[in-house]
Formats: sequence, C-alpha cells, structure tokens
Amino acid sequence: MAKRIDISDLDIFYGDFRAVADVTVSIEPRSVTALIGPSGCGKSTFLRSINRMHEVLPGARVEGKVVMDGQDLYGADVDPVDVRRQIGMVFQRPNPFPTMSIYDNVAAGIRLNARRMAKTDLDGLVERSLQAANLWREVRDRLNRPASGLSGGQQQRLCIARAIAVEPDVLLMDEPASALDPISTLAIEDLMTELKERFTIVIVTHNMQQAARVSEQTGFFNLSSAGQPGRLVEFDSTEKIFSNPEQKATEDYISGRFG
Amino acid sequence: MTGVNPSPPVRRLGDRLFAGSARGAGIAILVVLAGVAAFLVVDSVPALVAPAADVPGGKGVFSYVGPLLFGTVIAAVIALVVATPLGVAIALFLTHYAPRRLAQGLGYVVDLLAAIPSIVFGFWGIFWLAPRMVPFYAWAEEHLGFIPLFAGPASATGRTMLTAGVVLAVMILPIISAISREVFAQVPTLHREAALALGATRWEMIRMAVLPYGRSGVIGGAMLGLGRALGETLAIALVLSVSAGTMTFNLISSTNPSTIAANIALQFPESSGLDVHTLIASGLALFALTLVVNVLARAVVNRRADFSGAN
Repeated sequence: MAKRIDISDLDIFYGDFRAVADVTVSIEPRSVTALIGPSGCGKSTFLRSINRMHEVLPGARVEGKVVMDGQDLYGADVDPVDVRRQIGMVFQRPNPFPTMSIYDNVAAGIRLNARRMAKTDLDGLVERSLQAANLWREVRDRLNRPASGLSGGQQQRLCIARAIAVEPDVLLMDEPASALDPISTLAIEDLMTELKERFTIVIVTHNMQQAARVSEQTGFFNLSSAGQPGRLVEFDSTEKIFSNPEQKATEDYISGRFG
Repeated sequence: MTGVNPSPPVRRLGDRLFAGSARGAGIAILVVLAGVAAFLVVDSVPALVAPAADVPGGKGVFSYVGPLLFGTVIAAVIALVVATPLGVAIALFLTHYAPRRLAQGLGYVVDLLAAIPSIVFGFWGIFWLAPRMVPFYAWAEEHLGFIPLFAGPASATGRTMLTAGVVLAVMILPIISAISREVFAQVPTLHREAALALGATRWEMIRMAVLPYGRSGVIGGAMLGLGRALGETLAIALVLSVSAGTMTFNLISSTNPSTIAANIALQFPESSGLDVHTLIASGLALFALTLVVNVLARAVVNRRADFSGAN
C-alpha cells in the first residue's frame, strides 16, 4: 500500500527518438504529486513509463531506473503485467468497458487477478470501491446497467473505482478531469484528496489551479525546442513552485508568460 | 429577434436529389425482394396442391423438401461450426498478434480466398480433400462410432456430408475473418488500454475489450457466411454423394441428403411441369429458412444492444 517511487536518470525513447531525458525524482507515498508543463513536453510519456504503459507502443523503451520501495520496475525478470497490477491508471477520457455493467467494470481487475472470491465478498468490495470513488449513491440501484449509460463525470469516477478496487500501491492519473465539466472536476479533486490517505497519487494536469489545489509536490516539465527531449526542469513542494520557483522557465509558465 | 419571422427551411436541390435517390434505393430493394417472394409463392402452388403421388418421390411435396432442408441445415451448421472459430482466430491473429507487414500479406491472401469461384472449391473438395478424408473416416468409424455422427459405414470415396461441410467452411472462412478483422481493428485504443492498465495480458485484454466489442460484428459476419453456405450450389453438387430422401445425422457415410440449392442445380435440367414447381417449392423453403435465420441473428444481437459499445 502507498509505496514511494524513486526514479533516477530516466530516458524514454520511441524508437530512436528520445522523448524524455534525464529525469531524476522521488515521489512520496500518501501524497499527490502533480506534473505540469506545455503540451508535448513528455509529462504523459513520463507518467506512462511509471507503470510501463508506454511499452504498448511498438519501439518504446527506457534507460535508467524506476524503483518502487526497492523493487526495480524495469528489472530483467519483471513482467510489465505485474507492474500494472500494482500501479493503477486513470486516463484522460473516461474509458469504462462499454460491454460491461457498472458492477462488472469495478470487478474487472479483481477477476483478472484470478482471486477466487465469494459473491458476497465481491459485492462488498465493489460497494466499497464505488463508495471510495463517491459514486455508490448514484449507481447503487443500477449496478447491472451498462456503464456507457453514465455521464462523463460518473464514468470517470467509475474508472477510478475500477482502478482502486484492486488495491494498487500507486495511482497514476493522466489529466483525469480535462474532459469533464467544472462540477465533475471538483468531485474528482475532492476524491483525490480523500484517496491520497491510502495511495500514492501522481497526476498530470494542464490546469495549474488544479495542481495548486490538490498536490503536495509539483514537477514542471519543459522542452527547450521542438525535436528536443522533454526534461524535468524543476521539482519542489507545490507551495514553492507556485510562489517562488527557482527556475525562470517555471515562473514564466505558471504566470502565463510562456513562449 | 422580435418582429422577424423565422424563414421557412430552405430545401436545396442537392438535398432533395440525395434524399430522393436514397429513398428510391431503399424502395427498390423491397420491390425486388417482394418480387422474388411472390414468384416463389405463386410458382410453388401447383406443387403444394398436387396429389402426393404425382410429386417426385411420390409422397408429396413436404416429404420431398424435408430431407433437402435437413441436408441444407446440416451442411451449413458444419460449415459454421468449423469456420467461425477459425475465422475469429485468424482475425485476432491478424489484428493483435502478427507483425504489421505479415498481417497485410496474410489478410490479402485470406481475402483472395473469397474471390475463388465455388466450382473451383468443388473440384478441390472432390479431387483433393475427399480422398484425404477417407482414412480419417475409417478411423472415426472404428473409434468414435458410438457417436451417432460417426456411425458409418465410412465412405470409401470421402464424398460425405462432413467433407461437404468442410468445403463450405473454407468458402465462408474469408467472409467471417474479413468482417471480424474489421471490427477487431476498430476497438478503440482507450478500451484496450483500460484493460492493459488493469494488468491484463494480451489474451486477457482481448477477452475483456476486443471480443465483447466485436461480438455483434462477428455474429454479422457469421450470418453472411451462413447465407453463403445455405445457398451454395456447385461445390455441394460436386462433392456430396446423395441418396434421395435420406435424413441422417451420420456425417461420414456415402448415403447423404442433398441440399436444396445443389438439388435444384442437379435436377433442374431434366425437369418439366410439376417437377419444376416442386423444385421452386424447395426454393421457397430455402428463402424462408434464410429469413428465419436472419431474424434470429438480429434478435441475438439486439438482446444485448445496451452493452454493444455502440452507445
């Protein structure tokens, strides 16, 4: 539960192209770490390298180390499938399985882990996960209806319930609220504040107010020019980044004087 | 906006032309279908009302058509049972396992199968496949004979219902695999990543995201294949060794019911008068069977429409 992640000298490649260069950072457990930066700077790529999701694209690879509580996630004998079972992910656009009911969506990850579970235990776990995602009261009487019938904000909370149902150590969120209206966004942000008691959360966001509201640590990614790899320019407490950053690029970006 | 009347909607010429031609095409298909149905019904009547002794076989039109309908269904079911899993497996391999360049080449080869005329499959069935099936039939009779499907006596020529069904399966394979490949390729990346991010292996991802999403497409492809299998004429006429009026689940003997389409093709040149009307009545039965199958397939797809992923 809630493990820390130490990343050192990480380079991320797509084929021969180096998309992200030289990231060294430590992510604290039981806190929210926000990653901000302009589009194309590699922050999503970096996020997806933590649970090895970027490898879904052919030719993607990394050099460097990602260590979670002493376990090297890129060790030679580590199966990316196992990494993803420990590190959950929530995507930019809500992606519940449209062919499954609300209940089956939450249970999907548990059933994957092939844990044989009594129906009543599974019912309880689904209910707890939906409650933790602040969705239970809205869907309790239609658990067997298709997930595609929910609103966008509800679907995203369902995706969060699905991700936390398997009790991951870390939760990665790739712009989880950018496709949602302000009320749903607020619901997701409140949820993050509750979930960080139990999980290590890393969130990529374009919304700087959001980063300031929800996170303890903030990292600013930038790239010096097109075709160059993205780099982690500055990483510090959110308070420091938004009040008195060390780097001029950070200050320019957060004050909107970018580019 | 006070005082301004909303202008009536403008009907542009292009819109009207397009709407008219689309509506015309829709009506045309109904007219053609109704025309075929009317022809079949009208020309079947003489056989339906004729005295039983005058109809070929001498026991009335239903005793004549019954075994043919039975044979048609058996051959088509064998084809579907063999071709559907194989077609889905080919489609999955092409979309999710094969390297891209290999997938393109292989996909082309599979599509090419669809372009081979059915008479060629018939020749292949009778000269290549049937002799090679003979040892298997002998083995099946000896070891699986307790199953009625393999009761025997095993055919010495291999021109059995099972051979015919396998030839049909090869013919409908490209239809099923091409349509399955299309729907599998359209599964949104979002859904595939959702499964992978939960820690699914590739096969688990396929089971969670790809197969359920492609389900209605696979059923549609299987129905198109079934349509071709039900109506296939020449390959069956060449391959199958037929005894008129048989009805048996024994798939490996040389005593088999014919299928409706093959029977029409074989009998029509030598028929006249009431015989022709009887053949047309069998055609009507095939038409009705196809309609029923399609309605059933539509019902299966619609039963879970809420969960199709299309909404």
